[in-house]
Amino acid sequence: MAIVKEKKDAVIVGAGWVGAIMAKELTDAGLNVVILERGPDRDTQTDFAYPRVIDELEGSVHRKYLQSLAQETVTIRHNLSTVAVPKRRMGSFKPGTGVGGAGSHWSGVHFRALPEDLNLRSTMEQRYGKKIMPAGMSIQDFPVTFEELEPHFSHFEYVCGTSGKAGVLNGKVVEGGNPFEGSRSREYPLGPNPDYLGGEMFYKAAREMGYHPFPIPASNTSASYVNPYGCQMGPCNFCGFCSDYGCLNYSKASPNINIFPVLRGRKNFEMRTLAQVLKVNLTADGKMATGVNYLDAGGQECEQPADIVILGAFSLYNVHLMLISKIGPAYDPVTRTGTVGRNYSYQNLNRVSLFFDKNVHANQFMGIGGGGTAFDDLNGNRNDPTKSGFVGGGVIWARQPGGGPVRGIATAPGVPNWGSDWKKGAKDAMRHSFYYEVQGSCMAYDDAYLDLDPNYKDAFGRPLLRMTFDWHDNEIAASAYLVDKAQEMCKVLNPLATKGDAKKPGTHYNINQYQSTHTVGGAIMGADPKTSALNKYLQSWDVPNVFAPGANAFPQNNGYNPTGMVGALAYWCAKAIREQYIKNPGPLVQA
Amino acid sequence: MSDDQQSQSRRRLIKSLVFVPMGAGAAAALHQGLPNANASATAPAEGKPNPYTPKFFNAKEWKFVIAAVDRLIPHDEHGPGAVELGVPEFLDRHMQSPYASGSIWYMQGPFLEATSEFGYQGKLPLKDIIRVGIANVDAHCVKTFSSKAFADLDLRMQEAVLKDLEGGKIKLADISSKQFFADFLAETRAGYFSDPSHGGNKDMGAWKMIGYPGMRGDYLEWVKIRDKPYPLGPVDLAGRRG
Ligand SMILES: Cc1cc2nc3c(=O)[nH]c(=O)nc-3n(C[C@H](O)[C@H](O)[C@H](O)COP(=O)(O)OP(=O)(O)OC[C@H]3O[C@@H](n4cnc5c(N)ncnc54)[C@H](O)[C@@H]3O)c2cc1C
Repeated sequence: MAIVKEKKDAVIVGAGWVGAIMAKELTDAGLNVVILERGPDRDTQTDFAYPRVIDELEGSVHRKYLQSLAQETVTIRHNLSTVAVPKRRMGSFKPGTGVGGAGSHWSGVHFRALPEDLNLRSTMEQRYGKKIMPAGMSIQDFPVTFEELEPHFSHFEYVCGTSGKAGVLNGKVVEGGNPFEGSRSREYPLGPNPDYLGGEMFYKAAREMGYHPFPIPASNTSASYVNPYGCQMGPCNFCGFCSDYGCLNYSKASPNINIFPVLRGRKNFEMRTLAQVLKVNLTADGKMATGVNYLDAGGQECEQPADIVILGAFSLYNVHLMLISKIGPAYDPVTRTGTVGRNYSYQNLNRVSLFFDKNVHANQFMGIGGGGTAFDDLNGNRNDPTKSGFVGGGVIWARQPGGGPVRGIATAPGVPNWGSDWKKGAKDAMRHSFYYEVQGSCMAYDDAYLDLDPNYKDAFGRPLLRMTFDWHDNEIAASAYLVDKAQEMCKVLNPLATKGDAKKPGTHYNINQYQSTHTVGGAIMGADPKTSALNKYLQSWDVPNVFAPGANAFPQNNGYNPTGMVGALAYWCAKAIREQYIKNPGPLVQA
Repeated sequence: MSDDQQSQSRRRLIKSLVFVPMGAGAAAALHQGLPNANASATAPAEGKPNPYTPKFFNAKEWKFVIAAVDRLIPHDEHGPGAVELGVPEFLDRHMQSPYASGSIWYMQGPFLEATSEFGYQGKLPLKDIIRVGIANVDAHCVKTFSSKAFADLDLRMQEAVLKDLEGGKIKLADISSKQFFADFLAETRAGYFSDPSHGGNKDMGAWKMIGYPGMRGDYLEWVKIRDKPYPLGPVDLAGRRG
């Protein structure tokens, strides 16, 4: 029998960005809130302290700050007719655990969405006709506009101390930023970081090619900063340990640094760690949630009753919890009915490495997770599918999040993997090479979805989440096109050699190699309850006291990293709960 | 290895290192750096740390490990080799970690075959992949090369065997040769490059070779410098300077 805990106004699953934002907003509104986090508590001055935190063996091999797959993982297959197998070792994406979640070991690239990303389907249809979309492509509009989200994008940047340069300010294009972005109501809270050599060379080459380069918006601080909550950040010192690591320097925005310090003292807030949520409990008719069940640190099953349940467990695990708890009908790819699991999507990431001689001091060991230079000339509305051959777009950039030798030294083409020649190759590459990346959008398809696996279980006896996903022709064409553009740009810089990895026809999704943790979709927001799991306010259409404001809500992925959008959606959801739901609980949109 | 003469003398040394039970002299040679250790291999050096006695690997496996990492990362004109930097010690210690027992891997069945895009789908944790792989490779060598184990082959033959393992050209009894090779190489590199506290990368030798400043963790002053190489040597987790 589960131990029944004292009832709360709201229970939040997960202490990542979504969990932290929702807890802040809902405790501000006077609600009694508890966060249940499956991992341990973490704070800079204990867990991310220098120098221990930057041990590469622990961070990038033992994956100390990431989720252990021993308890739960996902199974993956390429198509409906094959059997999925588990992701046994960490590979293409790396979910987090512990207080801060992946938000403590992310890189810090902090984009908004482009206005046209939010109504992609209707934009495409208006400009090119319905036929532009290949059969099976199931992209949809977000049910929310850029204008509605703008104040929340902006607020989240101020919470994070994002460093960047506005390109469009109150409708006017300003010099130095991204001229193609949606109009901002104010500048970034901090100016751009200094750029490293690879970023500077990228800027030069992009200019030469007629593109419009701008500093990547980075939630890695370019100066000392105090956020609107009074949380202090220090200037980033380019230590090179962002991705996979907690920030030792109070410089990379994280829930741990930017939000939790305010919450920890609040009487109406409680954080319970080592608490693994197993399912959301529903009333007998399945129409309302009554709370959640979880395992506490001692392995005892507990019941946490609550009036509101917020899923902040990361995109994939939000979908998993919804499927296990039967919140909404599961998607069936054959009949294309059902909503939960629908439109799972990823990111189309490709890399081009440039190798130079010894006079070029690229110093890969210096790094800043979100900094560097990018351009958007092939993203959003600038990509014309009738010319490029693909729907979507992508951002091309130079980024140097910091490289250490245990994380791997990419060597020039022709260098073997071991022996004397490898040693020479590694030595040459470590300080005299850098890379550019193409980060492309990934469309949604009828046959790319999430459901429960029939063969594999997690350590708690629940079926694992099953992912059915492979690259489609559209994304392979995008990869070839965008990598080609990046290669053209590299040539301007005259490197000794380059190494690129464009996808070719027949390239299958590979789960071994890290690509990005930008897994999106599966419980998407939309205007129609038949084709979306969540309404405009991230509220379940089926169980109106459940909200799931993670990247699971994206109907497809745009060319950008997701977290700026995730944060904005969380604030947007919280506003709806505060201003509408609390006064009048029930569906916020009539189906 | 370009210098055959040198490699032969080092080979004799490695032989003495593994045939003598892991005594003070042999391991001291290991710490000193093999190429220069020459005849002093049996005399314990003063002021050197205690010899390392493997706890995970048995004598036969230890012989394999030393020979194999010496081929994967040899001593040469570019810098120190894996043996002199203590990579065998790293491997022995790392094989006893929870990580090598599969603590962060999903280890439940059913175990199904899948194409390479889905990664390792077998049931062995890392330490057993390495152990079973070593036994399998030695068995393969004994069968193919008139009863010689891997470590007893000459260097060229060892390299040829490693290449074939890497390319999946050798069929091992219990495990994919590609998988074993990939994991063994990754472990060897991790030992070579990770912080000295883990047992390898003695005196930060690998970091010095590639010009990696180790755990300095602060480059703000250097981001804008374009015309000079980074001037400072490495620092390790214990705060030592290399
Ligand atoms: C290495 C890396 C680099 C990245 N870089 C970038 C970047 O540069 N830019 C960008 O925009 N995005 C980046 N991301 C993605 C970014 O981290 C995520 O988009 C973001 O953290 C999502 O926030 P979230 O709150 O939804 O999930 P998370 O931050 O992952 O938090 C979810 C929390 O829920 C907990 N949890 C899960 N299941 C349960 C359960 N059943 N019970 C209790 N607790 C549970 C987890 O332990 C975790 O703490 C990166 C991710 C990684 C891993």
